Amino acid sequence: MIVEKIFNKWILVFLFLIPVLGFIFEEPYYITLTTKVVILGIAGIGLNLALGYCGLISFGHAAFFGLGGYVTGILSFHALNSELIFSWPFVTSGSSEMLLIWPIVILSSAFLALIIGLLSLRTTGVYFIMITLAFAQMLYFFAISWPNYGGEDGLSIYMRNSLPIINTMDPLTFYFICLCWLLIVIFISAKLINSSFGMAFQAIKQNEERVKSVGIETFKVKLLVFVISGTITGLAGSLYTDLNRFISPSVLNWQMSGEIMVFVILGGIARLYGPLVGAAFFIVLEQTLGGYTENWQFWLGLILILEILYVRTGILSLFEKKLKYEK
Amino acid sequence: MSSILFFEQLLNGIQFGTMLFLMSAGLTLIFGVMGLINLAHGSFYMIGAFSAALIAGLTGSFWLALLASLSGAAIAGVLIEILIIRRLYRRDHLDQVLATFALILLLSEGVRWCFGAFPLYLDIPKNLNGTLLILDDIIYSKYRLFIIFMGLLIATGLYILITKTRLGVRIRAGQNDRQMISALGVDISKLYTIVFALGASLAGLAGAMIGAIQSVEVGMGEPILILAFVVIVIGGIGSIKGALIGSILVGVTDTIGRIFLPELLKIFMEPASATSVGSSIGSMLIYILMALILIIKPSGLFGKT
Repeated sequence: MIVEKIFNKWILVFLFLIPVLGFIFEEPYYITLTTKVVILGIAGIGLNLALGYCGLISFGHAAFFGLGGYVTGILSFHALNSELIFSWPFVTSGSSEMLLIWPIVILSSAFLALIIGLLSLRTTGVYFIMITLAFAQMLYFFAISWPNYGGEDGLSIYMRNSLPIINTMDPLTFYFICLCWLLIVIFISAKLINSSFGMAFQAIKQNEERVKSVGIETFKVKLLVFVISGTITGLAGSLYTDLNRFISPSVLNWQMSGEIMVFVILGGIARLYGPLVGAAFFIVLEQTLGGYTENWQFWLGLILILEILYVRTGILSLFEKKLKYEK
Repeated sequence: MSSILFFEQLLNGIQFGTMLFLMSAGLTLIFGVMGLINLAHGSFYMIGAFSAALIAGLTGSFWLALLASLSGAAIAGVLIEILIIRRLYRRDHLDQVLATFALILLLSEGVRWCFGAFPLYLDIPKNLNGTLLILDDIIYSKYRLFIIFMGLLIATGLYILITKTRLGVRIRAGQNDRQMISALGVDISKLYTIVFALGASLAGLAGAMIGAIQSVEVGMGEPILILAFVVIVIGGIGSIKGALIGSILVGVTDTIGRIFLPELLKIFMEPASATSVGSSIGSMLIYILMALILIIKPSGLFGKT
């Protein structure tokens, strides 16, 4: 574990260094790439709480990622053409202030996660995997066929949303905003995992019946984990829209859910920095393979399969010093 | 319009449903017997369609192409089962989902590598081209009727296979108690390979038959894979009967919903907004159906609790 902790510190050092170097050598591409890693890492950390620590295999986290993205896109779309979003029951206009968008994103993803969680958590096992997938697909098809916000073509926002004083259009500044969110999310997750609530949801992963028999209402615990998990992923979606200044239904697609899951597993499930490492590995692999061959997905698939068949516990486990009595 | 259009759409829905059945029968068997969630099942649909297009291009015969789709997908199924899938049976669902997700990337890209990115076309044979008059005033495509017929034929064949043959007995025994039948001397890993190849070849046949109406292209399997999952979850995972009823239910609901929901909404909404709201809800309808069924019966219509 000690080696892993040192490695985690190094990750943070790298996250500071790479974009700064990119800035000095005037390679803004690397800043954008690292921003993408950080944002997808946040999405993965969100999923990891439910999937890694509580054993809730959600195949529908794209729903929260996409909802966060669309809420951000729609708010700033309306701010730009100064139309009202709706005038009943109360007058609502758009906004391009991140300080206003973030709370709205957080509330709406939490609300969606509450509804999906209430319905899906009645099922377990494969049925849970499939019902979460179904909810995400519902939103996906809704986004495709709803013409007001671009439908299948997606929605462009021409200006990145803004913060007071700071210029968010500058790539490095925007990167540090995302990095701040990453640190906040890691901090919150670490606190949660080590709290008594965290003990409860990690115990549920091991044996739900026993946790019940101690007198803990496991349904409520699972629901709360699911809501927190979905909210964090929703926030990542909001940042992702601001990064690309574009949102399309493809972020709601089941392949997005699959990719977020891949980040978690590649890095190593139930490890705090796992999804971040997984996302970084995935994106670096995508970029390097994409440079060599058109058919990079073939090799990506092959590497993923080999990882699952032979490494099994994720990249971070390679940095874990094993105790003697462990297998 | 109404009654003729309705009947036509009903037939379209049933035709769609029978194709979904070919996909979901394999999926549900593989899950029931081996306990494997196979996201790569859609890839066999694609492989079947490409094998058919290849053979049809070489020989010009549609029937040989159908045969090629069955055998091409079955061969791919056997190879993949032996090389990769076999190692996943004892893993948890998470590893299975991930590994088969990676397999989709690998197979889709592999096929694109071999055949290029452009869609291929598969022609309907001459004697199935054109339409047929049913019940005096309904004109319907012969080929689509042929698809329904094939679907029913295969459903019957599967029923006989599962209930009347020795292999069927073993498959059912495998669903109930894996350890017991391997203790009784059945070569379980061979049985698994056979079931996997059977599922793959049914998916391949579906791919070839649909490939003749639509185009044969990389990524054609994934949309129908998700629908097949909806079907087996509605029907209850592991149940072939559930897969049949679920397929028809999903096929008909989807087709009828998309056409008639906008019409229905026009009664009490403005036409423009009725069309947009109706088509949005129409495309979400089967997922709403699935969520409703799971909320009422958490293990599907015919699932074991």
